[in-house]
Formats: sequence, C-alpha cells, structure tokens
Amino acid sequence: MRYHPLSEADRSAMLATIGVSSIEALYADAPPATLLRTPLDLPNGKSEQGVERFFARLAARNMPASRAPFFIGAGAYKHHIPASVDHLIQRSEFLTSYTPYQPEISQGTLQYLFEFQTQVALLTGMEVANASMYDGSTATAEAVLMAHRVTKRRKALLSGGLHPHYAEVVRTISRLAEDEVETMAPDIRAAEDLVARIDDTLSCVVVQTPDVFGNLRDLTKIAQACHANGALLIAVFTEAVSLGLLKSPGAMGADIVVGEGQSIGNSLNFGGPYVGLFATRHEFLRQMPGRLAGESVDADGRRSYVLTLSTREQHIRRDKATSNICTNSGLCALAFTIHLTLLGEAGLTRLARANHANAVLLAQMLADVSKVEVLNETFFNEFTLRVEGDAAALIERMAARGVLAGVPVARLLPHAALDDLLLVATTEVNTQEDRDAFVAALKESL
Amino acid sequence: MLDRPAVVEPLDDDKTPATFTGNRGLDLEEPLIFEIGRLDATGVDVDDPAPVATRLGALERNAPIGLPGLTEPETMRHYVRLSRKNYSIDAGLYPLGSCTMKHNPRSNEKIARYEGFADLHPLQPQSTAQGALELMQILADWLMTLTNMQAVAMSPKAGAHGELCGMMAIKSAIAARGEAATRNVVLIPQSAHGTNPATAALLGFSVRVVPAAADGTVRAEAVKDALAPDVAAIMLTNPNTCGLFEREIVEIADAMHEAGGYFYCDGANFNAIAGVARPGDFGVDAMHINLHKTFSTPHGGGGPGAGPVVLSERLAPFAPVPFIRRNSDALELVEAAEGTQSFGRLTAFHGQMGMFVRALAYMLAHGGDGVAQASKDAVLSANYVRASLRDVMTQPFGDRICMHEVLFDDAWLRGTGVTTLDFAKAMIDEGYHPMTIYFPLVVHGAMLIEPTESESKASLDLFIATLRDLARSAKAGEVARFGPAPRLAPRRRVDEALAARKPVLRWEKKTATI
Repeated sequence: MRYHPLSEADRSAMLATIGVSSIEALYADAPPATLLRTPLDLPNGKSEQGVERFFARLAARNMPASRAPFFIGAGAYKHHIPASVDHLIQRSEFLTSYTPYQPEISQGTLQYLFEFQTQVALLTGMEVANASMYDGSTATAEAVLMAHRVTKRRKALLSGGLHPHYAEVVRTISRLAEDEVETMAPDIRAAEDLVARIDDTLSCVVVQTPDVFGNLRDLTKIAQACHANGALLIAVFTEAVSLGLLKSPGAMGADIVVGEGQSIGNSLNFGGPYVGLFATRHEFLRQMPGRLAGESVDADGRRSYVLTLSTREQHIRRDKATSNICTNSGLCALAFTIHLTLLGEAGLTRLARANHANAVLLAQMLADVSKVEVLNETFFNEFTLRVEGDAAALIERMAARGVLAGVPVARLLPHAALDDLLLVATTEVNTQEDRDAFVAALKESL
Repeated sequence: MLDRPAVVEPLDDDKTPATFTGNRGLDLEEPLIFEIGRLDATGVDVDDPAPVATRLGALERNAPIGLPGLTEPETMRHYVRLSRKNYSIDAGLYPLGSCTMKHNPRSNEKIARYEGFADLHPLQPQSTAQGALELMQILADWLMTLTNMQAVAMSPKAGAHGELCGMMAIKSAIAARGEAATRNVVLIPQSAHGTNPATAALLGFSVRVVPAAADGTVRAEAVKDALAPDVAAIMLTNPNTCGLFEREIVEIADAMHEAGGYFYCDGANFNAIAGVARPGDFGVDAMHINLHKTFSTPHGGGGPGAGPVVLSERLAPFAPVPFIRRNSDALELVEAAEGTQSFGRLTAFHGQMGMFVRALAYMLAHGGDGVAQASKDAVLSANYVRASLRDVMTQPFGDRICMHEVLFDDAWLRGTGVTTLDFAKAMIDEGYHPMTIYFPLVVHGAMLIEPTESESKASLDLFIATLRDLARSAKAGEVARFGPAPRLAPRRRVDEALAARKPVLRWEKKTATI
C-alpha cells in the first residue's frame, strides 16, 4: 500500500522489540468476540489512477456551476476565486498542520488568524471577531446561545427573512437545549413589524440582511428597540460580498454579527466545508464561542501571536465552556483572508458593484417578461421572482435547457404555500450571454 | 536504536542573534497586511461594473471599511513567508496524541477539486447532482460496514458537532419514550475529551463523572454504581484518551441498555480499530467519526473537519435532515423533517462534501484490507515507541499494551527541574512537533504520543533516539537545554499570560509598530 512505509521486515523487527509475536497480540485487551475473524465485505484497494477514474465517473454525473448559466444562491454563491488562493492554501505548512497549540512553530497560522479576525471585524463594523465557525448557520445558533448567556434570558425571536435552514438550525438546538424560539411568518417583502414584537423577555432578535428573499433591511430601529428592552440584536448575512457595498451591521447597531464567508475564497463544494464568521462587541468578549488568536510577545520580546482566552473553551472548562466547539474552519478562513487581501477595499467594493449591477440588469430584463414579477424593492445580488405555476417544476425544465435558474422557495419552506416563488442570484461570473440564456429558457419553460 | 546523531552544544547566549532586518536567513519576518497593504491596492482586476441605477435604497455604505489590499505578487510573498513559520506533517513527524496527524494524500486534494464536486451548489436541482448523492451514499455504506451500525447522519461538520448530533438523537429518543423529564444525567469518565461534558451540558444534561480504575480504564462495576433511573447515556471514548482499549466495554454497554440508557461512543480514536473491530459489536448506539483523523482529510491548521455519526437501529429514526433515500430511479435528499421523527437540522446544507470526497478517496485507495493495515500499523508504531522508551520514561498505568497512542507521565522528570512543557519545547529545537501534553487531565504531566501508520521505521528510530537523548539530558541536569527552549524556532516561548490578561485580538491603527 503506497501510503504505508513499514515493510514486513520492519514489522517483524518492531514486534521483536515490543516482545509480542504478532500485531494481533496487541489487540489482546479487546473482548475476543469483538475482533473480526474474516475480512469485511469491502473492495480491494485501488491505484491512484484507479481511484481518480472512479471519482471522475461520479463527477461526470453532476452538472457543475461552471458549465451552465448559473443563478443559484440562497446561502451559497458562485464567485470567481483567484488561482493564487487555492495555490496558497495547498502549501503543506498550511494544509497539513494542526491547530496552533505550539505557538513557536505555528506563527504562520496564528498571524493569518489574527489578520482574519481583524478583517472580519472591519467588514462587519464590529470590535472583535473569532477565528471562524463551521458555517453561517451554526454561527447563528452559537450567537443565539451567546445572547442567552449575556442576557441570562432564554428566548429568541427570529425574523421571517432569516434563511429557513438557519432558522431550523436555531430551532433544533433551542428545542433540545430547552430554550424558547419564536419565528415570524415568511416575510417576502420585508414588511414584518419586529419592533412591535420586542419586549423584555427576549434575549435576542435575529435578522438577516440581505434577507433570504434578497431584501435589504435597515436594522437601526430594531437595534434601538432591542437595546431599550435589554435584548441583543443578532445580524446575519449569507452573502459576504454584500458587505463591500452595504452599510455594515455594526454601523446599524448590531450586537453580534454572524454570517457565511463562503463567498470569499471558497468553492461551492455542494454545501461544505464553508466558513462561519462571528463578530461582536468588546464587552461580550468572554462570552464568545470559538477560538481566538491574540497578540503577545516571545521571550526575546518579539511580537508574536498565540491562541488566547482559552478558559472559555471546552478543553479547559469542560461542562462550563461557552461552546462545545473544538475544530473550526481554519483552512477556509485562510482562503477567505487571502482572497480578501487580494481584493482589498478597492477590489471588494468593485466586486460588490459588479454583482449588484448584474442583478439590476437581470431584473430589468425580467420586467419585460410576461407571467413573472420581481417582488423586491431593494436587493443586492439576489431577488425573489414570482412566476406563473410551480417554481420547482420550472427550474427542472430550465435545467433541461442547460440553465441552473435558482432555488424554489418551496424547497426551503415546503409548507408555506409559496410554490410560485423563485430565488434568483447573479454574481460577477454571469455575462450578458448568461442573462440572455436565462430569459430565453424562462420564456420557453413557463 | 540509533546513536545520538551529534553532540549538542548548549548555546552560550540565550538571546537570538540580532540582524538589521530581524530576519535570520530563511526565517523571514513578515509584517501584518494592515502594515503593508493599501486601501487602493488590489490583486484582483474586476471587469467594469455596468452603469446602472442602484436598488440599494438608503443602505449603501457611506464610510470606508479600512481593508488593506495587496497586489498578487505581494500577496504570494506574504502568505508564503507566513507558511514557513509553521510545522507540518509533510515536513516532519507530528506525534500529537488524540489528533492523528497522518499523511494527507495529494490525489485526494486533486479529486476534491474536480469541478463535478467543488463547483456544485447544495441547492441545485437534485437531478443535476446524482453523482454527488451517490458519493455520499457510498461513503455512508463504508462507514456503516466498518462500524456495523444501521444508519449514518452525514451532516455534522466536525467531531464535536457529531457529538452534538449523537446526543441530540439520544435526547430525542428519550423524549419519545416519555422520559425527558426524568432522564437527564450523562455519565462521563474523568479522562474524556473536554468536548464530551461541554456537549452534554449544552443539551441541558448534568454530568456525573465516572472514576477510572488504577489501570486507566473504566470498570463496568463503576458504571453500574453510577447508574440510576435518571441516567440517559454514557459518553465513552474507545480506545480511550489514555490510549487503552476499554476492556469491559461490552459489559458497560449491556449495563447501560439494561438500565434504559444509551451508549454514545466518542469515535475520535476509531483509527486504532477500523477494519479490526466494529463499534456496533460493542453495543454502541451512536458514534461520531472524525474523517479528518481516521480517514486523513487534512487538518488545515484547525479545520475544516467532518464528523458523520453512525447510529444504531434504535436511534436511526431520529437522525437529522437532510438524509438520502434511495428511490427506484434516483437518489433523493430528504430535506424536511416534518412528517418524520428526525430531530431537526444541524447545519444549513448537507455536510462537508469536500471532506467526504477526500475520505472516500482514502478508503478506496486502501481497500478494506488496507484500512485494517493502517489501524494495525498505527498500533504497532505506538507500541514500538512505548517499548523503546519504557526504560527511560514512566507510564502511568504500568507497562501495558497500548493502542494507537502511548501515554507517559512526568514521574521520571521529578527532581530534574525539567517539566513536561520544557521537555516538549526542547523537542521543537530538535525539529519535532511536541506530543500532546497535559492531556488527558487524569495523568500528571501527561505526554501522549501518536506516531500514526505514516512513519517509516527509520523515522520512528530517529524520533526514539532523540527522545532518549533528551531524557538522558534531563536526568543529567542539563537544564540549559530545556528552560530556554525553544531557541531555534521562529519564536521563543510566547507569553500566553500576557495575551490573556491584555487581550489584543485585532490590529488597530494606533498600535501599528514593527
């Protein structure tokens, strides 16, 4: 086996040193009845070429985003990733290292995490950020748990514009942790009155902007109402690129900002791995979940970085920890921070403008198509399209014409009687030819 | 056994030699991006956005963000320089016990980047992603075969997330039996990973600690003593965190089941037994599998991982959405929990597909026999290290067979003036990443060594010779080799207390100095 350096002669010599006659003898502590006597029903090993051939066949049965005019978003977005990002994250020193528990030989990881934390704090308009979470949805759930710790209350209010899967993740953990959650009805036009629902029993209000239907939301009044009632405002985003063009959640008064960072530096990957972003105010620092890289000095007085405030974490605090998280999304955070460094403020702003402009162009074209209607007053790079008939059937017909057209709202909210709504996203990767193909396939499929 | 490679001369000067740049040959200092970047610099040329009337309402940003940019060559240099300050498994033996730093095949990286996987959207029509669903199903089948379990939840994003999943399934099963109010205690051994009690507490369970016997394992008697009608489950790691097989695991499982509780097995150490024994045969009800450990998906400096959870028949109905159902003509991803007993949803999408590809590639390359050989070689290598160091270092539970990792304590260092931490830092000067230290907590000055199956005998021999030489040195009172260590790494010891006392967690303009 090409990955196993030990030869039979090595194994024999090692067994002799140990003083046992066979490797099987090393399993003497296992109850004998539990040791397998016959090989499992599994295939034999394959050569590298054989493995690659196997996967190439599976891959060929999928239709990748790059092979079709592509308009799917709803929490994961197709963007162009510079080649240098993927090259750098495959450096052995980044790819094949562990969590930086030994800072003297992990400064590379620690410094990029420190830079990542700073970038996330700036982007969200917050004071501190952690070194990443699994993804945007789990970051949202962790934010709710943190709000409960901070306020010593146990009831969350979720906006009807929150991504339904995010809401479900929050509801699942809340139900099992015996916390309360109220979820507003699906709010297609950002018309819900959250302020009227805020009272002093709430620990937090969770609002997404741009929301899952694409609407931009002003959080200012919600933040004021939260603060007047001792609750925290948790702002959520699923499209990190939008922060390049929009007012930051921090500037609108959010107390915790969480979101999905996949859009910057990370491929779609059929849903994972992604990178959750988590930022908050300094005063809540010690209630934050997840790892934190901090600045310090070494014995020679040189600036150094080190994991810090680990007294919040499970390996020290065990059942009193702020979260059970151990692994985070280190390499995805690296891809994010490299891509964002390449973009810089100038590149990010321009990228965000290109995304928005493409969405405006598509919305303008759709205004001339009969039997469909763009429902949004405002949007960034995604909007809700009302179509005649069933949106799920429509996108299958459009896929058959080679266009990946969007996400039917009914896939996210199967019981909401919103079968005629389609979420359509468009990014900088889309060309005028893509938009023409979308409109043509739509007309033919309606 | 190798002789000592060279005589080690203590450096006569504690201080690192000074240079004008602060660099030391190939060891290059690198400022923060905030100190070298510019707001108007970019390494990405974006096509001109079309001039349009915006639809942003009043929510367009009206203040700068403050994000620095670098051009592409500057970016390459920044991150390449940073990378060189890291140790890695590709560069050397990385014996972190409990972490499993084994070889990461590059073919797996290549395959994970096939556009048919990397460029798939989680919400594209399922008819256009049948190959991806098939891949998940094949991986699930492998995991069920290797564990003899009846179902697998694929969505957990890491080991701790898998624990959460398994314990949620257990809590749901107990609620379905109408015992939610009365069964609210989880038994956890003192030696458990910190994630176990953290997970139990998150779900509102209280933790009852089970003591370990003098041999480092948990006795069925001790579990029976802790059992009561309020016990929901036990969380037990096997092999345990001391690197020992839990000999009474079957009796423990039986006792739990008899008392109406469930057995959650922390599968972090499955890499010792994959292909050799099956957790389902121990009586396990739920176990997470760290794909980043047993099946070698890269650790990536702290993630991403993946933690699918195998479930027994009793817990299978409570598995989270989404899950795959095989219909007559196609695979279907069931995404709605309504109308099922599923406990709900753990994450926005379907799990760590990028890790699934790599783990399955690892499995297919090995085959069933190869997976078993990997486990056996890992156990062989750990025992070889144990046998080669047992005369100079001390084992907390006597000289007994270990699994994939060997645990030493610091009894042999007593009176030398050298601590476990000093010893670990001296290993850095010798070019090794230290072993896991001070874990498990039940052992004083713990040193947990996991060599994995990826090391050649020559590599193990040099590692052993190095540790023997360091041990000799410590016992000979050569404290200068330990107290100031590391002296030859990119950094000397970092002041962790300062970092915690005065947290500086981001760059601020006013503190910009280099």
